[in-house]
Amino acid sequence: MKGATIGISGITKSFGDFQALKGVSLDIRKGEFFSLLGPSGCGKTTLLRIIGGFEEPSSGRVEIDGEDILPLPPNMRHANTVFQNYALFPHLTVYENVAFPLRLKSIKRKSLDELVMYYLRLVELDGHAAKRPSMLSGGQKQRVAIARALINEPSVLLLDEPLSALDAKLRHHMLMELDQIHDKVGITFVYVTHDQSEALSVSDRIAVMDRGNVLQVGTPREIYESPSTTFVAQFIGETNIIDGTIESSGGRWFVVDAGGMGRVKVTDPRGYRVGDRVTLTVRPEKLRITPLGMAATEDSNSFVGTVDESVYSGFLSKYYVRLESGAVMRVFRQHGDQGEGEGLGWDDRVCVSWNPRDTFIVEGARG
Amino acid sequence: MSGPKRRRKRNYGTIYTLPLVVWFTLFFLVPLLIIVLFSFLAADIDGGVLPRFSIAAFTGLAKPRILKLFVNTIWVSLASTAITILMALPCAYFMARSKNKTMLLILVIIPFWTNFIIRIFAWKSILEANGVINSVLMGIGLVASPLQLEHNWAAVILINVYTYLTYAILPLFSTIEKFDFTLLEAAQDLGATKMQAITKVLLPNVRSGIVTAVFFTFIPLLGSFVVQQLIGTKDMYMLGNEINDNIYKYFDWPTAYALAVALMMLANVGLVFVMMSERKQARTLGARRVDEAAA
Repeated sequence: MKGATIGISGITKSFGDFQALKGVSLDIRKGEFFSLLGPSGCGKTTLLRIIGGFEEPSSGRVEIDGEDILPLPPNMRHANTVFQNYALFPHLTVYENVAFPLRLKSIKRKSLDELVMYYLRLVELDGHAAKRPSMLSGGQKQRVAIARALINEPSVLLLDEPLSALDAKLRHHMLMELDQIHDKVGITFVYVTHDQSEALSVSDRIAVMDRGNVLQVGTPREIYESPSTTFVAQFIGETNIIDGTIESSGGRWFVVDAGGMGRVKVTDPRGYRVGDRVTLTVRPEKLRITPLGMAATEDSNSFVGTVDESVYSGFLSKYYVRLESGAVMRVFRQHGDQGEGEGLGWDDRVCVSWNPRDTFIVEGARG
Repeated sequence: MSGPKRRRKRNYGTIYTLPLVVWFTLFFLVPLLIIVLFSFLAADIDGGVLPRFSIAAFTGLAKPRILKLFVNTIWVSLASTAITILMALPCAYFMARSKNKTMLLILVIIPFWTNFIIRIFAWKSILEANGVINSVLMGIGLVASPLQLEHNWAAVILINVYTYLTYAILPLFSTIEKFDFTLLEAAQDLGATKMQAITKVLLPNVRSGIVTAVFFTFIPLLGSFVVQQLIGTKDMYMLGNEINDNIYKYFDWPTAYALAVALMMLANVGLVFVMMSERKQARTLGARRVDEAAA
């Protein structure tokens, strides 16, 4: 059995007065690398623990391949977990840690050895079989945990912030390895993380969670390019938020009156009409920054401002531009872009502009 | 440059442990040597020893009566220890997982504040013919005449267990408290039942606590005599009673000392056994490391 679908419907969970999950429904596809992304306390780990069988939901239903799994204890579920702190058995060697699930079944010695060595090779730890977990580095421990979780050939692998204890460079490396392992074994991965860049880089789909709710489910591109709420927009990378009212429609775009800032053009009204109050978002890297005086095309949104601050951070520079209305816009400019905006510094008067296509309405209220 | 500095640092360790060395030499090693020495001397008629070498105290132990005391001592101590550990383990486990650890710890320690003899008399007043249990049983008409609840093996073992439960709970609690309970979740996640998770993951990881608890219980039990005297019968006497009697009743000090030496040997057998198994474990681990280095 390779990979399974997970159906989650109407899951709620309360700890005393605290509502950790407020009716979560999700459909995870067969063989998918699915991420639960959100800040700490959003309920993502609780949801994972419910799937794993370590927490009982207050209400709702969880199905794996259509079978209701909530009545089953953890050891009867076709889901294995990679725990945040690895949870390796300190009294056993790497080999015995990986062999642990098999030792519980009656498996012939020879095939047990073959299986253990196969999974140790998969995570490139066959040379460390005789070591105790305490003798391993963080990344190696992580791989033992993965091999151990995979050896039962589960149809679902649950990963609870598996990389959070590793340093940045190793984390990136392990993430790529995880992705390769996912491709090799082909089972469903449910990956819990608070790190949006992790989620964006490996997931097939992401569910963004906040305060016990799922705010948006979509591919990394969908989540990043067209966030459904202000929270999602701000949580996934940096962004600019503009509040305003739809003033007119017609022609190629809708015009939003953003108060003192002026007028912002939007192409997709997302069902809102003239008179509705809306919140807009535009990603900093979509903005162009040019010295004042260079003519902006009539098709773009463009505003005049002063560079409040500029931060050089490796492959890009970040500019914080104060517009005449007082609003601050973030502009990211990647180095190597045709020298545009080169040499801009503090207090320079600049023009900030972007294509109306890159502006999205994330929230709104009927006016 | 760093040489002398480091050496001076190492010397501090000796200085720090000096009081302990002096203390143990004076108050442990010297008395121990006196016990061994006196066991090889002849008995004086009114207690004490005569300065004359003799192995009479040891040869005198080869009697069926003494052999029976050895048997009693070993099986009562083993049975009491086994029951104590089996009861202390779940207790320590729930204490370690509780939110009110300090409270529970205090509750476990409170009986210590009462004198040991008084606690045994409290048990007597519960078990005796007109004691609490019999009064209740007869009051509700369940039995016509009082049950014989004391002066039997069960009563002796019951009170042994009661006495040493705390000594077993404390070391178990302190090791289980340090145990990472997500390991139990991991074991269950990997296919273990709750019971398998406990036997295959929890127990091996709290082994040191179990060993300590066994020693804290088994070794004092080997030398115990008060419980048998107050709750048991003469048939249930153990080596501790015989030592006591030889000092206070028969004024035969060398025999008392010879028994004490025999008792120490008995305790050491257990100790050596455990140490050997630990060393074996360390050796296999070391061997594996060598194998791996070769590979």
